[in-house]
Amino acid sequence: MDFLERAPRNVFFTGKGGVGKTSVACATAIALTGRGRRVLLVSTDPASNLDEVLETPLAGAPRAVTSVTGLHALNIDPEAAAHAYRERMVGPYRGVLPDAAVRSIEEQLSGACTVEIAAFDEFSMLLGDARATADFDHVVFDTAPTGHTLRLLALPAAWTGFLEANVGGTSCLGPLAGLKAQQALYGGSRAALIDGARTALVLVSRADVAALREAERTRGELAALGIDRQELVINGLFRAQDRADQVAVAMERRGTDAMATMPAGLLALSRTELPLLPFGLVGIAALRQLFGKTLSATAPLTSAALEEAAAPAAPTLAALIPALATSGHGVIMTMGKGGVGKTSVAVNVAVELARRGHKVHLTTTDPAAHVEETLGGAVDGIRVSRIDPAAETRAYSEEVLRTAGANLDAAGRALLQEDLRSPCTEEIAVFRAFARIVDEGEHGFVVIDTAPTGHTLLLLDAAESYHREVLRTSGSAPEEVRRLLPRLRDAAFTKILLITLPEATPVHEAAALQRDLERADIRPFGWVINQSLTPLKVTDPMLVRRRDSEARFHAEVAALAPRVAVVPWSAPVKAQPRLDFFATNEASRLEAAP
Amino acid sequence: MSVTLRVFDPAMCCSTGVCGPSVDPELARFAADVAWLQTQGVSVERFNLSQQPAAFAETPAVKEALGRGTQVLPLVLVDDRIAVEGVYPSRETLAALAGVVEKKLDVAPAASTGCCSPSAQAKSKTSCC
Repeated sequence: MDFLERAPRNVFFTGKGGVGKTSVACATAIALTGRGRRVLLVSTDPASNLDEVLETPLAGAPRAVTSVTGLHALNIDPEAAAHAYRERMVGPYRGVLPDAAVRSIEEQLSGACTVEIAAFDEFSMLLGDARATADFDHVVFDTAPTGHTLRLLALPAAWTGFLEANVGGTSCLGPLAGLKAQQALYGGSRAALIDGARTALVLVSRADVAALREAERTRGELAALGIDRQELVINGLFRAQDRADQVAVAMERRGTDAMATMPAGLLALSRTELPLLPFGLVGIAALRQLFGKTLSATAPLTSAALEEAAAPAAPTLAALIPALATSGHGVIMTMGKGGVGKTSVAVNVAVELARRGHKVHLTTTDPAAHVEETLGGAVDGIRVSRIDPAAETRAYSEEVLRTAGANLDAAGRALLQEDLRSPCTEEIAVFRAFARIVDEGEHGFVVIDTAPTGHTLLLLDAAESYHREVLRTSGSAPEEVRRLLPRLRDAAFTKILLITLPEATPVHEAAALQRDLERADIRPFGWVINQSLTPLKVTDPMLVRRRDSEARFHAEVAALAPRVAVVPWSAPVKAQPRLDFFATNEASRLEAAP
Repeated sequence: MSVTLRVFDPAMCCSTGVCGPSVDPELARFAADVAWLQTQGVSVERFNLSQQPAAFAETPAVKEALGRGTQVLPLVLVDDRIAVEGVYPSRETLAALAGVVEKKLDVAPAASTGCCSPSAQAKSKTSCC
């Protein structure tokens, strides 16, 4: 395959959540080892399931994937990176400085910004320091979902510029002592990123309008950052084999229609198309097949399997609404892996609450979400907003200058402004906006469509560490920041819906998220299995196989979730709320429920 | 006159709190005063416990004071002697400690902050958050 022939030293994969970045990155890495190359596969997603996909427990340093000769992998886990960083900083002073002093250092180095910077530093090392990857011919990055990836990729540029422009010698670049010493490294990683001879960026998409649009947006933003060498992979192309199967025909048409909308910018890229497989791409054997020639997907099914293709009953999303609505106000958050349909579930829950006469504020923490488009226009009782990192950062900077900067002269304000240009400012600004929106749940319903898991985890982690800091310091933190964590922990106030697809990766990521939440004393309200074929009648052999493969994930979710709802697969109605979320399931149940 | 002032800060995100849950105006004020003092030719260094613990461990007076608890921070040292403990001194006090005659016109706090900007000298290698 050309795509593999051309691969330079560094290959990045990016794309909207759920398009199969991890699968394609792994399959690429494995295929490259098949050509005798030594490959390092790197995940930078805090919610990565690379361990599961490769059947190898990974760590922050390269580990050999035993079943694939020549393949090593590592996972930059931001929490682990921060822990290692903290230990490097604090370790030498245990027993040297008093315990209380050591403890106060540790507490200070537990914030979200430490986590972000520690992870960024490791990422830079792999890209900017040739010695770190000297043992490999290729470094393949399975990057995090798009918004986060962009930020990560933009950082070397932003930080390098920040350091250069930082005339006062001050820097709010985080708990990286000796940061200036790192400047060469950041410069090196940026140089590597924009050098087409060394680095290619592969945009992964599906034949899906939103995913293609996202890919185009990413293409433009990265091109603006100087990354010119880009390629496109369309993953999971589906062709109906049974024209009598309406679901299969609709699914194929959805893909064909989407491909017809491909933006010109993407059309200009070299493109590789990969077929939909009837199984999840988890495990080495499955991954080898993605670039393989024989696709068992096309093998005919026995008639016995076809006869089983009836539609079993499933609990509906509508049935969850009464319990979500009982308190008359509060926060409802949709969480889960990228691409599972958090936005569409959030929008449909908001529409249903508004239909019942409630005031609803529908918002998102995901910079890449399209809430307004999904809602498709003004709806009575629903106010739509988004947490826009750029706008929040601007507003926060202005507030700081107005308050803490009030009594400073021009030189003082200039220095304060310089500090506010720190990449850390965005973290705190977004966090404060989140706290403010949660606060609104006192007076009505707030439905929050969250960013993909990794990002959300960092936000919740920030909630915890800031909560500790607020309790410790006498600073003038806003009341809503003070009350954020207690509110998130109050199951009567905050109801979290974990959204998943009936597939291994999103189910296991949601399960890990549930465990993380429970560690923070936050208990999810329920799970939603989205885009399921299980409630549908399908006869196309590929879809029957895919539907059969869903069963074990429905069972896994049932064992994990306090409540479950199932939303059947459907082609999204363009720019309209998915009214069929409710319509396809017996309306009577919705009305009859208490 | 060539005294050196050294400020030993508590463990903090940064000296303005720009990237913490709240910004403390007192820290912004003090950072501004430090910058002003430097424009008067006084050598001032700041050390943040969470970022430069070595400076704390290597300065006997500071290490000894820390034995009484972290509430002794911030500490301001004139040469090797502790001059101020537990509070950020005013511009007037700083000027007096450094032996600088404060000019009337300079009375408005002059500035700086330093999220993470211990000092405006190349020495300051750190940061916040």
